[in-house]
Amino acid sequence: MTGTARPVDTEVLAALATVLDPELDEPVTELGFVRSVTIDDDGVEVHLRLPTAFCAPNFAYLMVADAYDALAGVPGLGRVRVLLDDHHDSGTINAGTAAGLGYVGTFGAEAEESLDELRRTFQRKAHTAAMERCCRAMLTSGERTVDELPLLELSDLPENRLKSALLRRRDAIGLPNRPHARVLVDHTGTPAVPSDVALWLRLAATTRVSIEGNAHFCRGLLATRYADESGPVPVVTNSRSHV
Amino acid sequence: MYAKDGEEYYIVDGHVHIWDGRAANHKNVHGKQFIDCFYDYHRNLSPEEVIWDYDTYTYYGAERLMKDLFAEGHVDHAIFQATLLSDFYVNGFGQTEEALALTRQHPDKLTYNHAYDPRNGEAGLVRLRRDAERMNLKGVKLYTAEWHGDSRGYKLDEPWSRRYLEECLKLGIKNIHVHKGPTIRPLDRDAFDVADIDKVATDYLDLNFIVEHVGLPRLEDFCWIATQESNVYGGLAVAMPFIHARPKYFAQIIGELLYWLGEDRILFGSDYALWTPRWLVEKFVDFQIPADLPEYPAITAEQKKKILGLNAAALYDLDVPRQYRLPAAAAGV
Repeated sequence: MTGTARPVDTEVLAALATVLDPELDEPVTELGFVRSVTIDDDGVEVHLRLPTAFCAPNFAYLMVADAYDALAGVPGLGRVRVLLDDHHDSGTINAGTAAGLGYVGTFGAEAEESLDELRRTFQRKAHTAAMERCCRAMLTSGERTVDELPLLELSDLPENRLKSALLRRRDAIGLPNRPHARVLVDHTGTPAVPSDVALWLRLAATTRVSIEGNAHFCRGLLATRYADESGPVPVVTNSRSHV
Repeated sequence: MYAKDGEEYYIVDGHVHIWDGRAANHKNVHGKQFIDCFYDYHRNLSPEEVIWDYDTYTYYGAERLMKDLFAEGHVDHAIFQATLLSDFYVNGFGQTEEALALTRQHPDKLTYNHAYDPRNGEAGLVRLRRDAERMNLKGVKLYTAEWHGDSRGYKLDEPWSRRYLEECLKLGIKNIHVHKGPTIRPLDRDAFDVADIDKVATDYLDLNFIVEHVGLPRLEDFCWIATQESNVYGGLAVAMPFIHARPKYFAQIIGELLYWLGEDRILFGSDYALWTPRWLVEKFVDFQIPADLPEYPAITAEQKKKILGLNAAALYDLDVPRQYRLPAAAAGV
């Protein structure tokens, strides 16, 4: 390989930054859920932590599994270990992930199908909230009225963080991102009927409030729970003898 | 009763506990995890001057409760909500007999809501009939995510749950408080999903379903079903303390609830001893929607009176002294 290779710890953190809390729609790295990253000649060990011991185990599992998959995709990293600390299901989740049992294998009788539908439910909520942020910005700036929103297209949105966030959420649920695609659509891509627009926006606003509020609360609880552990996270230790 | 700026408020705290989270009562590590999780909630959202030490928090007893609610907390009437958690605690988390004895001692001030678990089948129904009589039940508190053997929860619309709801109708238990918690089976789905409340609310119109914690963390799903079901109410326990720690988020929650449910179906609750009612009541009376949230209308004193007590008083047939009723209600009957 030629060119400048990124240091291995940068690669690891970049991989972890792709892992979202499905419920809060934010990367685990920004939420403070990655407690430590230890890299040595054999591989990497990552410890995750959550705001309470009773955070829903299905979401906890998804984050551990997603972190494992993200790290397994980093070339040359070696053995990957992802461990969830201080959770009521830590033992079950850590053992299941280490053994590569998958979700059903990890939880046995408690799991019936896969977590795909659960994940999709929250990807749809995240899309709804991102769509509402874009629409509200257009209304607030006076560029569109409520009546005009059904015809709003992606190319009408200013290029900013709100738009790129919306495009990512659309991509996640399989909606097209071509310039003339409508903005105000449901998760199947069906555009809003004009008479429903006000209700759609209202419910979407509630969804946004809910997701944002949960994220605030979870951050606060995490800070309280781990107040004794001073210093920034993750704590990164790299003792690898080769680059 | 709380008075400020010429307005008088009758206060019903719709959600209080006497619990025992001391180490001697832990059945396993989950007992410790559970009370620690509560303590973090308490420390994270309370103003610094009302934070308790850990030992007091794990067990505080009846005398302290009477002081915090009635002597200092402005509360006129409070409703115990049972939280048994028998798989985590030797003698249960919520202290049934202690709360019941206190209720018998102060029937004008306290109401006791017990719990049942439909996974106990026929034997549990017999027990419910006995409890209803012995405890004079007007309401029950259901914790659908409670662990029970191999099961980590149930849905309200399951067949056995429906049989229990029908029994409640027969027994005159009309207020069904529901706490949706995490770790419910099946894990494949969202643990906090409130869709089962929608189903039973439609089928049992003579029961009132009070969704504790206003469906948090699924406020949007709760608002959506509550809009469609006139017998679904929102209990503000756990949402209330955001008024201090995150006032803008609190404004959004209360703004959303007033928009979707309206002022008649929102109930105050401190979730004592998670939080103490005094500062919650005082801050709520002073509270107003901030200027940077123009999408929500201002909250009126009349709305605050309903939320702080009059709505719950109506559900529990409490005799509100005339001076605290709203003008229309005081003039009638």
